[in-house]
Amino acid sequence: MWNRRPPLRRLLLAGACLIGLTAMGAAAARAEDALVKQGEYLARAGDCIACHTVPGGALFGGGRPMPTPFGTLYSSNITPDAANGIGKWTAEQFYASMHTGRSEDGGLIYPAMPFPAYTKVTRADSDAMYAYLRSVPAVGAAVRPHDLRFPYNNRSLILGWRTLFFSEGEYKPDASKSEAWNRGAYLVQGLGHCSMCHSPINALGGSSESRAFEGGLIPMQNWYAPSLNSDKEAGLGDWSIADISDLLRTGVSKRGAVYGPMAEVVYDSLQYLTDPDINGMAVYLKSLGQHSGPDASVPTISSSESSLLLRLGRDVYGSQCASCHGEGGLGMPPHFPPLADNQSIQMSSAVNPIRMVLNGGYPPGTAGNPMPYGMPPFAQSLSDNEVAAVVTYIRSSWGNRGEAVSARQANELRTAPLD
Amino acid sequence: MARKLPATDVVVIGLGWTGSILANELTDAGLNVVAIERGPWRDTAADFPTTYAQDELRYHIRHDLFLRPAQETFTVRHNVGQAALPMRTWGSFMPPNGVGGGGVHWNAETWRFLPSDFQLRSHLTQRYGAAFLPEDMTIQDWGITYDDLEPYYDRFERLCGTSGRAGNINGQKQAGGNPFEGPRSRDYPTPPQKQPYGPVLFAQAAREMGYSPFPQPSGNLSQGYTNPLGVTIGPCTYCGYCEWFGCGNYSKASPQTTILPVLVRKPNFEARTLCEVIKINLDASGKRATGVTYVDTSGDEWEQPADLVLLCAFQLFNVRMLLLSGIGTPYDPQTGQGVIGRNYSYQVTSSVDAFWNEKNFNPFVASGAIGMCIDEFNGDNFDHGPHGFVGGGYMGAVQTNGRPILGTRVPPGTPTWGAAWKKAIAQNYLSSYGMATHGSCYSYRDVFLDLDPTYKDAHGRPLMRITFDFHQNELRMSQFLTDRVAEVTQKMGPQQIVKRPRTGHYDDTKYQTTHTCGGAIMGTDPKTSALNRYLQSWDVSNLFVTGATAFPQNAGYNPTGTVGALAFWAADAIRNQYMKNPGPLVQT
Repeated sequence: MWNRRPPLRRLLLAGACLIGLTAMGAAAARAEDALVKQGEYLARAGDCIACHTVPGGALFGGGRPMPTPFGTLYSSNITPDAANGIGKWTAEQFYASMHTGRSEDGGLIYPAMPFPAYTKVTRADSDAMYAYLRSVPAVGAAVRPHDLRFPYNNRSLILGWRTLFFSEGEYKPDASKSEAWNRGAYLVQGLGHCSMCHSPINALGGSSESRAFEGGLIPMQNWYAPSLNSDKEAGLGDWSIADISDLLRTGVSKRGAVYGPMAEVVYDSLQYLTDPDINGMAVYLKSLGQHSGPDASVPTISSSESSLLLRLGRDVYGSQCASCHGEGGLGMPPHFPPLADNQSIQMSSAVNPIRMVLNGGYPPGTAGNPMPYGMPPFAQSLSDNEVAAVVTYIRSSWGNRGEAVSARQANELRTAPLD
Repeated sequence: MARKLPATDVVVIGLGWTGSILANELTDAGLNVVAIERGPWRDTAADFPTTYAQDELRYHIRHDLFLRPAQETFTVRHNVGQAALPMRTWGSFMPPNGVGGGGVHWNAETWRFLPSDFQLRSHLTQRYGAAFLPEDMTIQDWGITYDDLEPYYDRFERLCGTSGRAGNINGQKQAGGNPFEGPRSRDYPTPPQKQPYGPVLFAQAAREMGYSPFPQPSGNLSQGYTNPLGVTIGPCTYCGYCEWFGCGNYSKASPQTTILPVLVRKPNFEARTLCEVIKINLDASGKRATGVTYVDTSGDEWEQPADLVLLCAFQLFNVRMLLLSGIGTPYDPQTGQGVIGRNYSYQVTSSVDAFWNEKNFNPFVASGAIGMCIDEFNGDNFDHGPHGFVGGGYMGAVQTNGRPILGTRVPPGTPTWGAAWKKAIAQNYLSSYGMATHGSCYSYRDVFLDLDPTYKDAHGRPLMRITFDFHQNELRMSQFLTDRVAEVTQKMGPQQIVKRPRTGHYDDTKYQTTHTCGGAIMGTDPKTSALNRYLQSWDVSNLFVTGATAFPQNAGYNPTGTVGALAFWAADAIRNQYMKNPGPLVQT
């Protein structure tokens, strides 16, 4: 009859019994629980799930393909399975992989794993993550070997890459900054591995620390990860701490919403962070935005063409966009984002606004914003000309100062991958 | 042979309005809930984006959101003397399909029933005497009162963010609202939608005639609103693609825009879509449900054991599921005995078309529930003594749409095709207007649902048979209501009006409304009702049946407000009474 308990309580009860059987002291059990919980939190902050879990697949079972210009890498299994996962690893070896980019046998890890960022993680945090990863269900599946083209399939090449782009070392707090700033810097530079996307990537697949957070096109995905230190892009220098925090935690804010790969980051990772951690990241990110931006872009199309585009763009905007974003581009924030004074529309790279028009934009569902409003796709109803025209129009109206875009640019992005 | 799955606390059949409400309430209470839905998952961003959802051909003409008759249909006849034939394309009503159910494609007219509607037989008998009612009319009291339900109406309106103006707050009449409504504990969550020209003109004429016009309560919101679950519903853009369509603007209250974003995040909730429940299983005693059997898209059968079964599908499907599962005694129209299939009812709608030469109504500025209505002729708000019928309905100018294919009207005598027709469409699109009445439909001994002896579905199970026709009481009522709304329309000064009262036999090929009701009704006596006042089956106490299935007869309003309130009412009964002491909540 009616005596079934909620699942969580059942699990906890079962867990308590098991621990009791091992005769572990209650205090030690509580400490272990707390460590696992802390590790789970840090694994969220590090967004391990994004690469190490196939969508809909077993948690941390690995095998998620990561297409790169050099071939396809497959993420590793980081469950406690002895044969396929990290079951035989010690906490020391786990820390070494995070800190030095070498696996338990000393082998070199491809830098798709963000060890240049994770090297900044403290030993204590690494141990907590290790404890958490030991607690998840083991997955027995073997992971596919990487599928890299010659010469990139030669792992010793990583040595050269490391010389150029990797400097080992934990995060060193800056005594001249606040505690919140240092906490934010630790998370952004370390576990958050934000620079993996938000820095320019060169032909060797590396980015230099001096150009960190200057923004870049994410290889293969064809999304532009904007500069975090230019106010002309995603630099947050003139944003309030509250707006930055809203954006990171809920995916929407009065100034704009996240979309594309950043929506996944908020969904899988940032929405779970505590208020002080989000606040620290906001403080640190705001301070980054004080730098000057990249050079002004050079117009790519003639002014006569752009005036034609503008006229068409105004018509398309009026009939397709204005009912949500408003005639004056002010939107109805946070759910219908403003386009006027929206940095992500005016950036020198027009990739993101073009893709938003073609494929729509979908902020993540978060506890703080459980029903995000999606922008519908227009690829099926607007021609390349119309897409170029409306993007040109929104990039240059209401005080926006973005360059015109061409139908050819719009056309090229029709084949960009959708996930 | 069905494969048996691990047991769960609750299985929900059908993930529409009531399934979502109950699943959310019971997961909040800590129970594990599995919802099984025959149709697909539906999501605003992916399934109804505004860039292509406003497609009248796809959704209205080709019925894209609805069940396919090849999956399940109904046979229909007017009386027991006829052989029923299957509906091979949908006509008078649209059976929903998929997550969100009818909540996806409704117009969002969010009404409460009148207090007297819930005690209909005793109220009418007391006022007019038993002999005033037709002999074969089988109307009943519901077993609950308006006051019982008021807090739950309130919860549904807060969930939806309903836009309207109160007419009666705790007994105090409020100017501008419906003076006939039952007392409500507080005003609507959001103010009424903006009224277009047609409703404004109607209200002006009605006021001059001494009536009290008020804005129709709307689930298409006048402004942004964050509901108690933390979900924000957007403001309506008045695009006029509501009924038959999913709303791409997040502004029509639906499970998608009010509950599901919260429900799907819960670890103790699971939805299985594209899975069709074929049977509620009973134990050897026949008094206890053990779970359900369903078929997935591969044709594989699965048994889902559960402690509690909630039958939350569309009204007609609920009744058929009970009949196919052998729960309760099927109704027999010869003897009047039995309860499953008893008191089937519908809705009696009519309209008045009006044509002007010069006016511009901008009919495309529309929402499924913007309009001005009067309630003087609803329920028992007026003396029926001189009129020889009972029942009534609201009437008014409701600007649901100005869609190009079916949202147009031409004066009588216009050819139905060709140049003259095109010219008349162009001439009248902006300058014509349709008023509507929305009347009650009471229940009768010879109107019922049972299993068809001839026709079967793809699984070899009998289809359900609908035996229904309009009775004189309803036709007289429709004539009366149509005459009244025509008087107001006349006052608006058109050049021509055309009255279209409901006449003759029920025509299941012409769309009227999807408000089919009854068949497993709630009440106080197991001999005349299938469910007790908490929507719990009298026969199988761990089965609750939601929706308009429980209405003993239909009132002169759209049913969803009452359907939603009853779902919250049943959820409270399960949480506060049943979970503490599982078993019948009403002793007989």
